Amino acid sequence: MSLDPTGLAAAAEAAEAVDATGAIPDTAGGTAIEGRSPWLLAWQRLRRDRVAMISLAAIVLIMLMAIFAPLATTLTGHPPNEQYRDIGLTPDGLPKGPTSQFWLGTDDLGRDILVRIAYGARVSLLVGVVSTGIAVAIGVVIGLAAGFFGGIVDTVLARLVDVALTVPFLLVAIALVSITGPSLTITILVIGFFSWASVARIVRGQVLSLREREFVEAARSLGASDSRIMFVDILPNVLAPVIVYSTLLIPVVIVAEATLTFLGLGLPPPTADWGGMISDGQDYYTTAWWFLIFPGAALLLTTLAFNLFGDGVRDAFDPRSDQILT
Amino acid sequence: MLRFLIRRTALGAIVLWLISMLVFTLFFVAPSNVARTLAGRQATPETVALIQHRLGLDLPIWQQYVGFVGRALRGDLGFDYYHQVPVTTIIGEAMPITISLVLGAAVLWLALGVFNGVMSAIRPRSFLDRSLTAFALFFYSMPSFLLGLLLLYFLYFQLTLAGIRIFPPGGYAPLRDGVGPWVQHLILPWVTLALVSAAIYTRLTRASMLDVLGEDYIRTARSKGIAERRVIVRHGLRSALTPVVTQFGIDVGVLLGGAVVTETVFSLPGLGKASLDALTQQNQPVIIATVLLGSAAVVVANIIVDVVYAVLDPRVRLN
Repeated sequence: MSLDPTGLAAAAEAAEAVDATGAIPDTAGGTAIEGRSPWLLAWQRLRRDRVAMISLAAIVLIMLMAIFAPLATTLTGHPPNEQYRDIGLTPDGLPKGPTSQFWLGTDDLGRDILVRIAYGARVSLLVGVVSTGIAVAIGVVIGLAAGFFGGIVDTVLARLVDVALTVPFLLVAIALVSITGPSLTITILVIGFFSWASVARIVRGQVLSLREREFVEAARSLGASDSRIMFVDILPNVLAPVIVYSTLLIPVVIVAEATLTFLGLGLPPPTADWGGMISDGQDYYTTAWWFLIFPGAALLLTTLAFNLFGDGVRDAFDPRSDQILT
Repeated sequence: MLRFLIRRTALGAIVLWLISMLVFTLFFVAPSNVARTLAGRQATPETVALIQHRLGLDLPIWQQYVGFVGRALRGDLGFDYYHQVPVTTIIGEAMPITISLVLGAAVLWLALGVFNGVMSAIRPRSFLDRSLTAFALFFYSMPSFLLGLLLLYFLYFQLTLAGIRIFPPGGYAPLRDGVGPWVQHLILPWVTLALVSAAIYTRLTRASMLDVLGEDYIRTARSKGIAERRVIVRHGLRSALTPVVTQFGIDVGVLLGGAVVTETVFSLPGLGKASLDALTQQNQPVIIATVLLGSAAVVVANIIVDVVYAVLDPRVRLN
């Protein structure tokens, strides 16, 4: 798997190869009479996007579920790691299906699946947001530096991006985890360090054309330092694509986390985690469908919501792209 | 062209060399307890030291590395720690399985992805376009292990319950035992890998087709009276394929190093499964070999992509 949502980085590279002159994209929202900022315009467009708003509502719900996960314990009286081997398992020691006591059934150790799904949302969202943050921070700095300084700096950094984009993610994760052992920190770091390259490539492409613009020349003639031009003058102009890309990166990261844990490389048991639950559930799919289906549905709904919302954000920032799902 | 190939090969060799050093260093920074595990619970320190010596683990790390590289260049990747099987044998047995899985799936996802993408782009915003885009987004959001398990649940378990035995629950049947069983064992893994990957290709093809179809030369081609089908395939698709080729190269390269998830779900003893098993056993020689092999696959795939690029788009010059 490559951590490049929708192949945007690949597309960016291809566009670069063909269009080496770097046509300047118009980023400003035109001259509105009321002086609405591009951000406001994007928000207004997003508000009208029904699919994006429904997805946003779903994301908020999932976040609430993560924040108020202890409430699920209060409601059901079942802590996430409590094993109800007497009332939570059948006489043969198999998971129990949904009942009034365990709304979504129990797992192989007699734990409450509903409560564990609620707690699992915490891990998914935490890793999703933190790893994406790390990736975006590294990617923006490297992309800015490569695009702004050009020359040898660009050559070296661009090579680095090429290498980072092509290292087989899961194999290296296997090698790393075989040394460090699985943990939350390692999971977050591995995913973060494997996702920055596509961000860097997108930022670099934008900066390449921006640095030739008049406002950069003006800043320089006013005596602004390189770092001031990079972070104060240029950075705000690349924020829109970075935000779009970050939104689309979150679901990719969530899937990566679930995949690592599914393979036993992510969060160690007994942490309640969707990927881990699905991994345990796969041994019981012939006898306990709920054990596989409910955590799977939670994971799929989350990634779907983020992807649909991310699509909406992209359309809102780039009105020329046609909105096909609304 | 030849100079380009030589330069890229040299660059690829450097990348592989860096990765080999990195993996090697990583393994020896970490405390290794292989010798202790092998010696058993009641072993004396002397026995452990002896095993350490036999495996060459008591040498300084640079000597171990030089020895490893020297042997690797002669095609000897060492022995696995537990069964003393040559690593090349393990890889030789796992490779055909991964290749069968990945190439079969690649044909499927490329055909499905590009076809759907073109259909979407011909009539943007139509009902067909919306359905195909929703379809793609759905599978794009689907983790491959979940799709694999769902296919097993519905197409193996529920069908078998209903008395229809088409799909096996997993495992592999080598091609030499006949094409039938081979396809039968691989069809669910193929579909899993293909559906999850095709989604990216649909979106990529659609976006780049839409760009290309808006170009002036497409209008020129149409006004010359060329048949629409030919305009779309020969004039449009040809240049729309460049981003698709990049993605395809990376994906196939990465997966040839081991389709870890799909192989695990369907119990296919390929390279990905071998790496994962080596991880649980702390079997470093196997992990080093699979990581290097996986990286080599990516490097080679990238060189091929660049060459194909030049063929598809004459404006790209290889130098």
